[in-house]
Amino acid sequence: MKKRSGIKWNKYLIAGLCMTGLVVFLALLGVFWTPYSTTSMSASQRFAAPSLQHLFGTDNFGRDIFSRVMKGIGATIWISTLVVALSGGVGILVGALTGYFGGIVDEVVMRFTDAINGFPSILLALVVISVLGTGQRNLVISLGIVFMPSFIRIVRSEFIRLRDADYISRARLMGVGRGRILFIHILPNIFSTFWVSVMIGFNNAILAESGMSYLGIGVQPPQASLGKMLSDAQGYLTTAPWYALAPGLTIVWIVLGFSLLSEGIQRLGK
Amino acid sequence: MKYLGKKIVTLIMTLFVVSAAAFIAFQIIPGDVVTSILGTEATPEREAQLREELGLNDPPVVRYFRWAGGVLLGDLGISYRYAKNMNEMMPVAELIGDKLPVTLSLAAISLVLIVAVSIPLGVLWARSRNKVLDAALGVITQATMAIPSFFLGILVTYLFGMVFKCFVPGGYVSYEKDMGGFLFYLLFPALAIALPKAAMTARFLRGSLLTELRADYVRTARSKGCGERRVMYGHVLRNAMMPVITFLGMIIAEIVAGSIVVEQVFSLPGIGRLLISSISTRDLPVVEILILYITFVVIFVYFLVDILYRVVDPRISGK
Repeated sequence: MKKRSGIKWNKYLIAGLCMTGLVVFLALLGVFWTPYSTTSMSASQRFAAPSLQHLFGTDNFGRDIFSRVMKGIGATIWISTLVVALSGGVGILVGALTGYFGGIVDEVVMRFTDAINGFPSILLALVVISVLGTGQRNLVISLGIVFMPSFIRIVRSEFIRLRDADYISRARLMGVGRGRILFIHILPNIFSTFWVSVMIGFNNAILAESGMSYLGIGVQPPQASLGKMLSDAQGYLTTAPWYALAPGLTIVWIVLGFSLLSEGIQRLGK
Repeated sequence: MKYLGKKIVTLIMTLFVVSAAAFIAFQIIPGDVVTSILGTEATPEREAQLREELGLNDPPVVRYFRWAGGVLLGDLGISYRYAKNMNEMMPVAELIGDKLPVTLSLAAISLVLIVAVSIPLGVLWARSRNKVLDAALGVITQATMAIPSFFLGILVTYLFGMVFKCFVPGGYVSYEKDMGGFLFYLLFPALAIALPKAAMTARFLRGSLLTELRADYVRTARSKGCGERRVMYGHVLRNAMMPVITFLGMIIAEIVAGSIVVEQVFSLPGIGRLLISSISTRDLPVVEILILYITFVVIFVYFLVDILYRVVDPRISGK
């Protein structure tokens, strides 16, 4: 989407890019390399305070917290990406069709999204999880369902806005097929709005994922997850406060980064 | 009045749809409950007998109306996991009974905190001519909104419980024993739920106030000689509160959801903890009733907000 004239940088965009960039970098790096092994335990190194050797200290098994946070960021971002891909993908498809064609299907889908939207999101995710069972795949499905309505609504309203635009009726007159109008002519034009909702959805997915993992019904051990680390750390709050602070502040950092980024993108369009 | 009647019909319809959805999700989709009660090693005769006892041989529509009728009359079904004794299964109603007040009190205290913090803060913010204060509030609220409630709960535990020693973490007192101690203990989890929402509401109120301050009637009031205070509290705040009430109504759903998570952090014996443990053990009748109950509360609150909105602003019902 970068135009040759260059984008107008604003401080939100820069701060957001720096914060999320660091997080994504750590997550990617964590796939190949971490300072210490995330599973090796060391009795002599239990509850070491943050230092140059162990940036975020060590936990109750003497494992390096920084390395585990790196792995945890990876898991959280991976799951959130899947969730946004699932709900965003369905959102584009359903939103495009209902928005462009309207009619009775549109009406039904809208009532349905209204119903889901009025529901506290974590509760709906819990319903789906309790029916399907726990595990990473079901977590992605349940959160995907929870976030679908917002994407459907955004895409739909954009398609309604554009379906009567002059260039679309011209295209129709020239005999362009429906599929081509939908996805080649309209879709690229909604991306600026769509990216903002992707960022917001991503943030909500991260919060929901870490919340579910904290409750023990999201990512299952031995897979690392920031939410799970927090619930493990809670018991050692007096002896090792850094154990809880590291994953917690990381979540805050990620969420803050993405909300600044979405704010920045929003201001780009103006 | 006509409006009210229409709203009540919609409310009943919604409750019907939600309960049917819950019934399908929890009683039709998961399949046979008999093995999950008896285990896999029960004899076929015993299984058939239990199936007959639970009425599982009837068509789903009959089962739904029997179940829904039971729920209306206070028969909430039986838990798969908890037993009263060897022969008697635990009724869900008894399981939930003493946990409800905990969650409802927590939600109520959170709501009071949100209103008490956000409204003065929003007004202060909208009035501030100080650029530094303005920017500082912007950063602080943005950061607060990014903190997930469970992490905020841990921070509150650490800060107020361990550093300042205002309360004993895990030292929950039952409301039957000591009402004051109970409410005091709930103050801290409520803080964890309320702060991010209060930040959100303050931002929202500020925006609403700034829009209202540009309205014509404000200039009129000022030209008539109204003081800044009177303009703010007598004129602007009332109008600016309208969208905020809707916003608060929407937040109530989030507060209830938030208390599910935060109860876990502070080990409060509320319905949230029961819900999570029931999900982990796949105790579906309990999950079903809890979900249904929370949904009813949420829908009912939306309904009340809708009514309240019309009471506060007569212009809406005039349409």
